[in-house]
Amino acid sequence: MRSSRSVLAVALASALVLAGCGGAGETPANSGAQKGEPAPGVTDTEVVIGTHQPLTGPAAPGYSRISVGAKAVYDYVNDGGGINGRKITYKVEDDGYNPTKTVEVVKKLVLQDKVFAIVGGLGTPTHSKVLDYLSGEGVPDVLVSSGALMWNSPEKHPNTFGYQLDYTREGKIQGQYIKDNFAGKKVGLLVQGDDVGTDTQKGLDQFIKDQIVERKTYDPANTDVTPQISALQAAGAEVVVCECIPAFMALTILTTLKIGYKPQLVVSSIGADPATLTGLVEQFAKQGGAQVSGGALLTGIIGTRYLPSVRGGDDAWTTFFKGIHDKYIPQEAFTDTLVYGMVQAYTFSQALKAAGKDLTRQKLLDAMSSGELKGPGLTPFAYSKDDHAGYTGALVFRIEADGSVKTLQEAKTTDTQTGEVKSYGEKRPTPEEVKLVG
Amino acid sequence: MKNLPPIVLHLLAALGCLVLLVLLTMVTDPFTNLRIATVGYYLVAVAGLALLTGFNGQVSLGHGAFMFIGAYTVALLVKRVPSFPIWADLLLATVAGGIAGLLAGAAAARLRGPYLAGATLALAVGLPAVAQRFPDLFAGSNGLSFTVNSQPAALAGVPPTRWQAWIVWLAVLLALVFLANLARGKLGRTLRAVRDDEVAASLAGVHVGRTKILAFLVSSACGGLAGGLQAFLLGTAAPGSFTVALSLSLLAALVLGGLGSLWGALWGALALVYFQVWTDDLAELLDLRTDISDNLPLALYGVVLIVIVLAFPAGIQGGLRKVWVRVRRPAPSQRGEA
Amino acid sequence: MTTFVNLTLGGLSSGAVYAALGLSLVIIYRATRVVNFAQPALALISSYVAYSVTKGTGSYWLGFAAAIVVGTLLGVVVERLLIRPLRDAGELSAIIATLGLLLVLQAVAGMIWSNEPHAFSYAFDFRGRFAAADLFAVLAVVVTAAGVLLLFKFTPLGLRMRAAAFNPEVARLVGVRVGVMLTIGWGLAAGVGSLAGMLAIPPFISPNALDEVFVFALTAAVLGGLDNPLGTIVGGLGLGIGLSYVSGLLGPELVPLAALAILVAVLAVRPAGLFGRATARRV
Repeated sequence: MRSSRSVLAVALASALVLAGCGGAGETPANSGAQKGEPAPGVTDTEVVIGTHQPLTGPAAPGYSRISVGAKAVYDYVNDGGGINGRKITYKVEDDGYNPTKTVEVVKKLVLQDKVFAIVGGLGTPTHSKVLDYLSGEGVPDVLVSSGALMWNSPEKHPNTFGYQLDYTREGKIQGQYIKDNFAGKKVGLLVQGDDVGTDTQKGLDQFIKDQIVERKTYDPANTDVTPQISALQAAGAEVVVCECIPAFMALTILTTLKIGYKPQLVVSSIGADPATLTGLVEQFAKQGGAQVSGGALLTGIIGTRYLPSVRGGDDAWTTFFKGIHDKYIPQEAFTDTLVYGMVQAYTFSQALKAAGKDLTRQKLLDAMSSGELKGPGLTPFAYSKDDHAGYTGALVFRIEADGSVKTLQEAKTTDTQTGEVKSYGEKRPTPEEVKLVG
Repeated sequence: MKNLPPIVLHLLAALGCLVLLVLLTMVTDPFTNLRIATVGYYLVAVAGLALLTGFNGQVSLGHGAFMFIGAYTVALLVKRVPSFPIWADLLLATVAGGIAGLLAGAAAARLRGPYLAGATLALAVGLPAVAQRFPDLFAGSNGLSFTVNSQPAALAGVPPTRWQAWIVWLAVLLALVFLANLARGKLGRTLRAVRDDEVAASLAGVHVGRTKILAFLVSSACGGLAGGLQAFLLGTAAPGSFTVALSLSLLAALVLGGLGSLWGALWGALALVYFQVWTDDLAELLDLRTDISDNLPLALYGVVLIVIVLAFPAGIQGGLRKVWVRVRRPAPSQRGEA
Repeated sequence: MTTFVNLTLGGLSSGAVYAALGLSLVIIYRATRVVNFAQPALALISSYVAYSVTKGTGSYWLGFAAAIVVGTLLGVVVERLLIRPLRDAGELSAIIATLGLLLVLQAVAGMIWSNEPHAFSYAFDFRGRFAAADLFAVLAVVVTAAGVLLLFKFTPLGLRMRAAAFNPEVARLVGVRVGVMLTIGWGLAAGVGSLAGMLAIPPFISPNALDEVFVFALTAAVLGGLDNPLGTIVGGLGLGIGLSYVSGLLGPELVPLAALAILVAVLAVRPAGLFGRATARRV
């Protein structure tokens, strides 16, 4: 007994000495990486970038294609000679939408692969865990694939830039559309139980707070949403706003079928890719008892979008990206999610080009915040010295019975505060006007 | 040297190991330091399991649940009580794991064999789900995110992962000293007596129930410490990392390393980390699809388990022991020749 | 009132699944005194095969039949190659071997069919609180369980299988081919397990789809007594309904913990399960 006690004493003593008495949760006085070093991941002929993506796990349906689309665009750029003579090496790590794994793979990318920048890290619950780490290490963290507001904090995280239309702006556009077109109807919400949900509600509440009769959340680890949908039905919601990833949008559609509930579904851009949804629900259409196609299950769903649609035949950008798709990844389905990745890669390449031949991390960040990046998006970025938010608006569309999408309301932009939702009339540049290579 | 009490010997050995380890971290790059630290906390987890399943014969498929408790304890303490230094947080994580183990052990005391395995499996599946039930406290599947400030200003030049590796291994070596002492002493013998023949042990005066509960307590305290160290390293605690696959992998690591020994825990921990590394490298070399490369480590653990059980029941440590014996004692024919 | 009716009906259909998977565990335990931790993996692979067959041929029932056949074959193979050599090696070895098989098969499923969830059809129309698909599940399980019980109680084959499990030495003496009986037992159990898998998996299949169900099935089997098939059926249905109430009234996240609590509570009072026969231990 005595020897165990002395063990304990030695343990405590050494722990005290070595660990110091700093509180574990307090922020230290100094932090931040050394500046002025040559940028890692950059040579005269190559620039190495990395990303973490859910290639497996609950968010994989749909989202696993984003990096495939991005890679195709980087291949196109590399074949054209690269940006400023440098080819882009794109390292994709799988984190399975598991935040702990995200931390591990990002540390691997930064410490072992020594990437120049992290581009398009995907997921709110996942990327939030590496935000501080990337800031502390001075690694550019650009075009985050998530709409959370937390990517836009230039004082705390000067290296981080958003890309996706943030959930509050999108919520405002959805809310305003619902207020104008479904006035007086009861609204129910099904949102992901994290920043995705809270940020969306900030936007929706500005317009339809008094119409919302029930708010329910879901957790990506739990695939039974029957309790939540039943609650929405019990509350009498005639319109259901779904802030869900594609797998859960599909589950919602199926569950409404199962319990015989027919609300007007309004889905946000993260879950609105018609092709992905069709793939997921098609099997069930056959068991529906009636002779319906997968597309029929999606008819009437209202969604929001801010990038060129794969079903928009007269959009020059769609044609441009289809060309890249046909040349580099013809076996992939050409979906809106694929285009998301392609536009992201295109935007990064634009920033890389603007940063110039003499490439440093700071120059990339300056290029991002210059406000000069204009491209395929239907609405502009918010980028400036004080604003690191991504796209600023969207249009509203509806999925039709024949699978096509009909624009119900043209693109509008707004802010994350209480500013109004304004129409956006400016024309986008054409692919020729903002050519990267050739 | 041999006359010193075992506790002192163990402490000296631990000190020596710590020195060696610090040197090792200084000659390797920061990312390898992170790996070294990872081996450390897995070692504590598997060592605890060695005590429970190896020495005491209680098959636990729920060890990951205790790591979950330890990780969230550290996470919540760092976030809510920021003034506590990290060693206090880790100590509390150990205690929390121990309390959970006490409860689990008490509930499971009358269970044996497949019944115990089933109950601990239910624990592994059920406990992480609690994080989803109270999202305000535990942030659901999102998990908790925090930054740990433990590096004293005097050592600011040391890369963070190196410093973390030192803290992790300090805690691990202390825990190992404690475990080694236990295993060598009376409790170790009692544990093994209960494993080998409960009735005989009971007849010999051993309080079987109390022993089994104690085994659970110590093993889950180790699990709690391991989880706390993981949270410390990654700055994150999320339910997604405490899956059934984790608990099964820990058991697989133990069986591979050698069930009845603490050295086996070391081989098991190394296997856990380096299987993952090797399969990742192999996948990159052969340009394997993510589907294959992601599942390769688990497939490997499964195959290892089956092969070990069919052909090498004593695991790596058993094999090493055989080699050691063969080396020290030459074969009878050779002795005769001399 | 309707909430309770809905919860009960929902619990009945999920309970049928637990009962079926639990039944497969019990059949194996009775025959070889081994808890087959690889059972969910066998059912998973069978269901993935059904998924591929259905995708290729467009027929659900062809896939269903393929699942049962593949499952039975897998059970036979596992018994002969893995369990037979370990017969004298002790309890821990068998547990570890089946755990290893579980890991391998789940990983292989992920490699072949990817970890991404795929849509998986129901047998019949799934619309409605107690849909045709749910009714089918309950009926299928009841018929199968009845068939298994009849087999064991009233057929010569069943008698031989019981003899081989109860006392292999004596059975061998009277001419029962013990080894063949064990293999048939595993095959039968795996076939029942595949049925359970096909019923449990919809709407989405992924390598971890059966993890939670397996825990509940094991709980049901233990509750009913690992050597009592009828007890498992009762245990499974009861557990299903009970957990349905927990999910509806307390929240779906608490369900696994509730199952654990029920398991511990029952085993504390009756360590061999509700209907199990407690055997005195031999000194």
